[in-house]
Amino acid sequence: MNPVNYLYLAALLFTIGATGVLIRRNAIVVFMCIELMLNACNLAFVAFSRMHGNLDGQIIAFFTMVVAAAEVVVGLAIIVSLFRSRHSASVDDASLMKL
Amino acid sequence: MSATAVHNLWTTAADPISKIDAPKIEYGQLAPVLIVVGAAIVGMLIEAFVPRRSRYYAQMFVSVVALAAAFAAIVALAVGDHGTTKAGIAAMGAIAVDGPALFLQGTILLTALVGLFTFAERRLDPAAHGNRVDSFAAQAAAVPGSDSEKKAVKAGFTTTEVFPLLLFAVAGMLVFPAANDLLTLFVALEVFSLPLYLLCALARRKRLMSQEAAVKYFLLGAFASAFMLFGIALLYGYAGSMSYATIAQVVDGTVQDVNPALADTMGNDALLLVGAALLVMGLLFKVGAVPFHMWTPDVYQGAPTPVTGFMAAATKVAAFGALLRVLYVLLPGLRWDWRPVMWAVAIVTMVGGAIVAITQTDIKRLLAYSSIAHAGFILAGVIAATPSGVSSVLFYLAAYSFVTIGAFAVVTLVRDAGGEATHLSKWAGLGRRSPLVAAVFAVFLLAFAGIPLTSGFAGKFAVFKAAAEGGAAPLVVVGVISSAIAAFFYIRVIVLMFFSEPRPEGPTVAVPSPLTMTAIGVGVVVTVVLGVAPQYFLELAGDAGVFVR
Repeated sequence: MNPVNYLYLAALLFTIGATGVLIRRNAIVVFMCIELMLNACNLAFVAFSRMHGNLDGQIIAFFTMVVAAAEVVVGLAIIVSLFRSRHSASVDDASLMKL
Repeated sequence: MSATAVHNLWTTAADPISKIDAPKIEYGQLAPVLIVVGAAIVGMLIEAFVPRRSRYYAQMFVSVVALAAAFAAIVALAVGDHGTTKAGIAAMGAIAVDGPALFLQGTILLTALVGLFTFAERRLDPAAHGNRVDSFAAQAAAVPGSDSEKKAVKAGFTTTEVFPLLLFAVAGMLVFPAANDLLTLFVALEVFSLPLYLLCALARRKRLMSQEAAVKYFLLGAFASAFMLFGIALLYGYAGSMSYATIAQVVDGTVQDVNPALADTMGNDALLLVGAALLVMGLLFKVGAVPFHMWTPDVYQGAPTPVTGFMAAATKVAAFGALLRVLYVLLPGLRWDWRPVMWAVAIVTMVGGAIVAITQTDIKRLLAYSSIAHAGFILAGVIAATPSGVSSVLFYLAAYSFVTIGAFAVVTLVRDAGGEATHLSKWAGLGRRSPLVAAVFAVFLLAFAGIPLTSGFAGKFAVFKAAAEGGAAPLVVVGVISSAIAAFFYIRVIVLMFFSEPRPEGPTVAVPSPLTMTAIGVGVVVTVVLGVAPQYFLELAGDAGVFVR
């Protein structure tokens, strides 16, 4: 199959993720959408790697997974601490500092 | 029959694998980063094994020694001409060791050292149950206002994890402006961002605001880094490589032996333009340029003030360093495309930051918008695209970072019953109540405004001069006008402090330990020295202004 199709899929997944970040209210869902964007990047890296016939892209995909895992650790810790003190993970409720 | 002989019946020895060469790592040139990472790991072990009572002192000792040693390593590299004639690329093409990298790394390390002193301050808050406390939560996991939090406070817990977190952030910041391939750039970005997200959530007072700031910073920061990663993917697709030099060659069309697959994507300018735009967008987010600045005021206001000061100073240095290298080493072939865009970004950043700052009523938010306006001024130097543009940006960053960290250190001193009194109305008459603190803050504000004889003037003059010589004269006009707008609200704070009556229920000024005094003192000295005698430092930045390719 033509690897370019995977690039279209990656762009589509990235767009779905970005749209989700912008329209969803729950911090956890927003965060999942960001993870979807990172996975779309991974798909693009692997597809380009195949197209160019070098392995750089596949190695970068591993690095991205590690970074995404580290981001989950930090992000969930922050979101859970916010949820425990407010009993809500809605990003709209977090508005103590509006002008 | 021996075991080997039996084995030989049904197997045959292949050629020994000798084709994979061990990577060549220049440990000497990477010493600053390695020292800081090593100390951060030691800091984690201290958290695990040292008794709670002595952790604070152990962490302080390790952090100070590590930052000082790393700075000494930078100086040694610079003295050994690694910044000029012997500039090179270390770690198999991953990290550049050159003038701008060493200059910015030195600035980041000194800023971090001063920031560390404000982190370690333990005399500002009244002692809780006989234990000295710092600006960080007793136990970050305890719900604000709950019994477990009260227990933690009573037991005298402190979050000494902030020291290793600071060191990890510094390690990422050291690599960020020196990254010479896109993967290193991305990993360094995450290494310095993740500890900062956590540090933002750790305030002792106003914990709900602090957690809210951390969530906002984290979600928006992760969003921006996802965009940046997609940009990196597209650039990799365009050029088939992650190395700055190779991508620059592909952009110029001077690359040798093009393989057929690469020839297909090299012709596709959409990959290049969209990829470069997304990559630069990620960097502009970290810099805090309009329209990617929305996180700045909330995060600066909500984060613990020592963290805000460190973040405002060091992140800006690291991010501008990376932006310079990306634009000057990776994308010089695209300068006719990026310059108009950066013109627009610089203009809206300068004007937007200065105008919105006028309406602010909280001192931390005011400084946040002021940092946005300053990002615009620095962008004017970036746009110059000349060697003097690079050196002026380096000088401006060094001058700006010490002013910022000093100003936020002063903010930690003005307190009332609820912690820091950040509302501007409470600062009225501060000059009558404690003239010294108000005078020091006035010096910092004048430096922000760019009044002569302060470092702010020397920096702004260098940046605008470079921009004018680089053919961006209209930008300089806009810059001077927005400086004038910005000067209005800095002067307004000075007037408020010195020429209005103090309120009876006003805040008190805490007497800090020598740690915060050192931080503020260093800020004042650097501000005045760089303002009165900037020549030596301008020449230093001028010598450091050439990137290695």
